[in-house]
Amino acid sequence: MEIFQDVVCPVCGCLCDDIEVNVENNKIVKARNACAMGTTKFLNYNADRISVPMIKDNGVQKPVSLEDSIGRASEVLVNAKYPLIYGLSLSSCESVKVALELTEEIGGVLDNQTSVCHGPGVQGLHDIGESTGSLGEIRHRADLIVVWGANLQEAHPRHMERYSYTSKGRFRNGKDDRKLIVIDVRNTLTAKSADKFVQIEQGKDFEFANALRTALNQEQIQKNQVAGVPVEEIEDLAEILRSCEFGVIFFGQGVTQTNGKGRNIDGLFSLTRDLNSWTKFLIMPARGHFNVTGVNQVSTWQTGFPYGIDFSQGYPWYNPGETTIIDIIRRGENDATLVIGSDPIAHFPPAISKRLTSNPIIAIDPAHSMTTMVADVIIPSSFAGIEYEGIAYRMDGVALPLKKLVNEPNNTKSDEVVLKMILEKVRDIKRRN
Amino acid sequence: MTGVKVIILSGRTLRQGVGKEAGKTSERYRTSISYCDMNQEDIASLSIKAGENVKVTSAHGSVVLKSAASNQLTKPGMIFIPYGLYANQLFNDITGSSGMPTFKGEPAVVESAADESVKTIEELIMEIK
Repeated sequence: MEIFQDVVCPVCGCLCDDIEVNVENNKIVKARNACAMGTTKFLNYNADRISVPMIKDNGVQKPVSLEDSIGRASEVLVNAKYPLIYGLSLSSCESVKVALELTEEIGGVLDNQTSVCHGPGVQGLHDIGESTGSLGEIRHRADLIVVWGANLQEAHPRHMERYSYTSKGRFRNGKDDRKLIVIDVRNTLTAKSADKFVQIEQGKDFEFANALRTALNQEQIQKNQVAGVPVEEIEDLAEILRSCEFGVIFFGQGVTQTNGKGRNIDGLFSLTRDLNSWTKFLIMPARGHFNVTGVNQVSTWQTGFPYGIDFSQGYPWYNPGETTIIDIIRRGENDATLVIGSDPIAHFPPAISKRLTSNPIIAIDPAHSMTTMVADVIIPSSFAGIEYEGIAYRMDGVALPLKKLVNEPNNTKSDEVVLKMILEKVRDIKRRN
Repeated sequence: MTGVKVIILSGRTLRQGVGKEAGKTSERYRTSISYCDMNQEDIASLSIKAGENVKVTSAHGSVVLKSAASNQLTKPGMIFIPYGLYANQLFNDITGSSGMPTFKGEPAVVESAADESVKTIEELIMEIK
């Protein structure tokens, strides 16, 4: 039996790097320290596997050779006028680099899950700027943790124990030395574990952030309550925020997916900026997929833009709301979609899913999904962080190495290799044309 | 049968997170995304018991889900559906120039649907195709 130490968990943006994995005869038999999601992935990743490449023929997906699937995918992409490439948050950074090269080659758009998770957070960052740090710094120094519109206990089960509320750092010894405040519309498991839960009305994040700023700047709030919270309570909360030594706000999709979107984040980032006049305060998105931050990082250092990058004019262009996947599909502009390790059919509004299926879909995925159920071309791939190594970025922008623990099945290659094969074939077809 | 007016929140749950890792064709995944958390008062106004099926209808779609009582929804008028194919039958494709649909805050009506069954993933996919 082989034992791997300090394995990085390829599930959520926490990228816990203390997992111990036991492998017997090329099979993972145990994963210590992982949360329920991590353990399930390490032990079950192989259960729902796509075993062969497929091409849809008369409405039925039929097995083909890897070469044929790459060939068909490349033809579709070359012939498309405005193809979309989407996904990559479960791939390595090395795969993202190739995907960008491919998107440039076919003059399409590369978008990733940021569009429908923390995109508004990125827009807030453009507008206001971000006071941030590493999770390690927070673990060692933070005495006030604010969780706003995020349910860390369910979406990032080890976040509190490793990086925030209950974590034991150099200068803060767990929850005795810290306070947890949760601002949310639901009394979530995270809210139930907080020292203080502030329940606000749904869709009122922007108003509430600005009421806090008003109180913080010692101006009068000219209402009795904001977002359902009495003014006295808002003033008390502003006092708690102001008087900490080192505070941090972790925000989630409760803020980004609610009406107001980027403006909500402007409010939160502005509040953090104001707090830095009084004390040290950071803000950080609680990112979902394990390498969604990495896609933004690689895309930004390659093109200047973090997601929704349009190459159709021969140079990269970015304008959320215009070059983002939901908007492009709603306008009916794209004519082919390459999906890499993502499930847009399950996660987009129904009008968008319907429209997506009216044009060819190519899916590169290790496992079955709602998107592979309708795909015209399916190319099986291997699992990053289990079957192939590479780099992923944690939610705080720290790069960590993913490990290879077991060998991939025959006929299966990493996203990076599959994308390189498609890129080579695309260039070959273009040369011949 | 009259329904109750609500706003829909969708989001992650640990069960959904574990379900997706167990496999998207697994029953574990399907049951983790095909229910709707409701406030006890809303369940009472529909004259149903928690666990019975309800039909949620928005301006953009309709879906039958299993109801569940949740103490996380402290006030009536709000339901919670985990991220996934079922919740996403109900949302608007307009992003307001943000790129992001409103996955939290969509108005809807919930009705009792004791005679209707929760569709399988395959049945929902057939409707999309």
